[in-house]
Amino acid sequence: MTVVYDDLGDEAAEEVPMRRIRFTINGAKKIAEIEPRLLLSHLIRRGVGLTGTHMGCDTTNCGACTVLVDGKPIKSCTMLAVQVDGREVTTVEGLASMSELHPLQEGFKQEHGLQCGFCTPGMMMAAKGLLDRNPEPTEEDVRWALSGNLCRCTGYQNIVKSVLWAAEKIRAEG
Amino acid sequence: MTETTARPAALDEIKIGGLGASRKRVEDDRFIRGKGNYTDDITLPGMLHMEILRSPLPHARIKSIDTSKAWEIPGVHLVLTGEMMATRNLAWMPTLSYDTQAVLATDKVRFQGQEVAAVIADDPYIAKDACDAIDVDYEPLPPIVNPAQAQADGAPVIRDDKEGQVNNVIYDWEVGDKTGTDRAFAQADVISKIELHYPRSHPSPIECCGSVADFNRATGKLTVYMTTQAPHIIRAAVAMVAELPEQMIRIVSPDIGGGFGNKVPIYPGYVVSILASILLERPVKWIEDKTGNLISTGFARDIYLQGELALRNDGKILGMRMHTDADHGAFFADAQPSKFKIGLMHSTFAAYDIPAAHLTARGVYTNKAPGGVAYRCSFRVTEAMFFQERMIQAAADDLGMDQAAFRRMNFVKDDDFPHRTPFGFLTDSGQYAKCLDVGLKAIDYENFRKEQQEARKQGRLLGLGISTMTEPLGAGNSREYDILGIKMFDSADLKVHMTGKAILRTGAKTQGQGHETTWGQIVAHELGIPAEDVTVEEGDTDTAPFGMGTYASRSTPVAGAAVAMVSRKIRAKARKLAAHLLEVSEEDVEWELGRFYVRSAPERGVTIQECAMAAYSNMPDGMEPGLENTAYYDPPNLTWPFAVYIVTVEVDPATGVWDVLKTVAVDDCGVRINPMIVEGQIMGGLTEAYAMASMQFITFDGDGNCVGSNYMDYLLPSAWETPGFELHSEVVTPCPHHPIGAKGIGECAAVGGPAAFVNAVMDALSGTGVRNIDMPVLPDRVWEALQTHHDVSGAPPVRSDS
Repeated sequence: MTVVYDDLGDEAAEEVPMRRIRFTINGAKKIAEIEPRLLLSHLIRRGVGLTGTHMGCDTTNCGACTVLVDGKPIKSCTMLAVQVDGREVTTVEGLASMSELHPLQEGFKQEHGLQCGFCTPGMMMAAKGLLDRNPEPTEEDVRWALSGNLCRCTGYQNIVKSVLWAAEKIRAEG
Repeated sequence: MTETTARPAALDEIKIGGLGASRKRVEDDRFIRGKGNYTDDITLPGMLHMEILRSPLPHARIKSIDTSKAWEIPGVHLVLTGEMMATRNLAWMPTLSYDTQAVLATDKVRFQGQEVAAVIADDPYIAKDACDAIDVDYEPLPPIVNPAQAQADGAPVIRDDKEGQVNNVIYDWEVGDKTGTDRAFAQADVISKIELHYPRSHPSPIECCGSVADFNRATGKLTVYMTTQAPHIIRAAVAMVAELPEQMIRIVSPDIGGGFGNKVPIYPGYVVSILASILLERPVKWIEDKTGNLISTGFARDIYLQGELALRNDGKILGMRMHTDADHGAFFADAQPSKFKIGLMHSTFAAYDIPAAHLTARGVYTNKAPGGVAYRCSFRVTEAMFFQERMIQAAADDLGMDQAAFRRMNFVKDDDFPHRTPFGFLTDSGQYAKCLDVGLKAIDYENFRKEQQEARKQGRLLGLGISTMTEPLGAGNSREYDILGIKMFDSADLKVHMTGKAILRTGAKTQGQGHETTWGQIVAHELGIPAEDVTVEEGDTDTAPFGMGTYASRSTPVAGAAVAMVSRKIRAKARKLAAHLLEVSEEDVEWELGRFYVRSAPERGVTIQECAMAAYSNMPDGMEPGLENTAYYDPPNLTWPFAVYIVTVEVDPATGVWDVLKTVAVDDCGVRINPMIVEGQIMGGLTEAYAMASMQFITFDGDGNCVGSNYMDYLLPSAWETPGFELHSEVVTPCPHHPIGAKGIGECAAVGGPAAFVNAVMDALSGTGVRNIDMPVLPDRVWEALQTHHDVSGAPPVRSDS
């Protein structure tokens, strides 16, 4: 591996404190040297290069940046990257392999649960968090679980259907 | 060649993904995998990052800007201010409405959030640090946050940069027949009036705006990846503003995370990133944060509507008169057809048969962000339809007439098309009363009215709101519609390869509408080539034919028509190839979906795929090889969809909170290419209508601070708040002048929906003496109206708590 940095002078190097963290992302173990202030979403997008996790609002409102940390959905735009030291992160890219789809991914396509696609990864990760703890959700359960994720295109009706479609498929597959 | 003894079975159009198939979306395959390619996902070698410093004040003179500390921060490559932009003649840029807009402020800041300086650094964190290190000395000036303040005696002139601008008025404009309208009012039995403020709203796609500008000194080529709904307009504007040769500019609009009109205008961030890339000879990425997006980019609405109807006692409308005061912010930057100063506001009442109408409009500058102005709406049509349906409700109440009966009586009748509206539009077709009947049946109108009366006796407030709309979609014919002089046609380019597979490109740009899916369906309908064999590409000006982009629900009416027309050109050539292959004259060749055959011997035929192969391998003598063509479509008229939205609500008199009981939508958008996608568009539009009616708005306090500058203050409904919707597609009136009979649909529900929700709440409050509560109909406004029995205005400045 070759990494070439701009030489910003010794003073700059001293000014920026760096932290070394170890974490797992989508099953792969990683080590990163980062500024303590780096946001998890930026570690994922710019550091690891996984751009499926999107930045929408910067204030924990829209949920486009939702990922799983140790299996629980969190909004990565307001979590510091240093907080995942020793922990496990799952992003949309880790939902399934490229050749196979997770039932949530299939459900969103089958039920037209997306239009521009920008909120979709966050929606699916929040929905995964729900289905992992409640495999038989009602429509109301789904609406509540996704209430931290905003979509401007669909009106949610088909997103809810998509999640219920996935729940049904997961149950059927046992 | 297929030489069979029996005629092959006809192709099943639905099976090949043709017209009417609810085909699953092609674009989903990448989005569900997290493999979309949005502007912020683009990383180029050596790329730098740009951040913008914005003004904290709404109106102030800039005394000095000290950037020295920013330059000292390691990792900073460039700090740009208005003064430096001015040396390149780029401190100001033209807007889409023939005004000018500051790129980086030089003399004054004119709204909170205005762009003052920019830093380009190795890393966005460093760029942000450096923005914080810039020291700007401001001399505050009094802020103006509404048209009344703007026109008050002694109001400061916001645009003192413009020679000859002595006040804050941008334009006075009028349309219609004043004399005829005055006569109608003189003859009226009843005159019904209403006054409203349609609040400032922001389209607020989840993805903010951004660009990656990449100027290559070696080739002289400028490539800009950016969040634009109209890449060709941007290319033309960059060529004119930056004085770069147009063939050396490539605008690429990659995947767009929602547009809704927000991504039509040209923003200072794009311009600065382009200049920075030219100066630094490295790619420069600028990605706006949410606050930057909400406080500085294209808003919509913010208009004061007052009007009146001249009525006969039996309910016939004789005339309509209205005046609008529009708050355009600090720069008149509306993206709208050049000819119309207040957009297509004069489409109001197009669905009603009204003999005379007159509209006056005034636009003013204020210390607020400049517009895009359209938000899921064709140039002010949302305001026009909202005013219309609020006015209709008030008039029916004043006459003591039933809401449905009053509308039915005044609708343009089915056999009266094409119908000339009093403002000169020619509506093309519709079955208005039928749509209304479908809606009333679905909501169980008569029973709800009884239930409502019973509930009243128990102190429960139920309400029902009707809203109808017809909307001029698909701008537009070149006689009337242009932006900066460029006529609003669109285009499609179809290349059929020798194996019968094809690639289609258009001048439109999908942002979630599903063009990659639906355009293939039009080709399948016209040529019998399965939709899955047609790849659709949009958004790259180096490859796409020139078009005006996607907004104002114009894609299907204009670019979609171009797709049909280019397919027909391809079919015309394929017919010649078929005649050659079948060894008969062209006149003896007949077409059925996907196949030409000999009229006298239907079993003798060739498929479109066989014709494609022949175009490259076996063309007749003298024929140009290849099976490729381009069509430019200049629509003869706008398309006029119609819809009825009916909402029932219950208002809690103790708190003012209202809940939606049921929402029914009856949309007649002509032929539906992909019913699944059309329904998705309608549900999305209804949600934005509910949002505007219930919670979503941007306002300002008396000091000019923007309230609604982030998602904690700018409320958008989530899955929890958003009601369910019942959609109806029973009524289909094909557009008589569109090649496949389709009409626009993307905006209809957002245009017609708001009045249904507001009318429902106002209906629940009937008898309380309250005529109007401005949107959003917040619980505290409802509660106040119930307490005071007065109307509640939502116009800025917001009242302070003290």
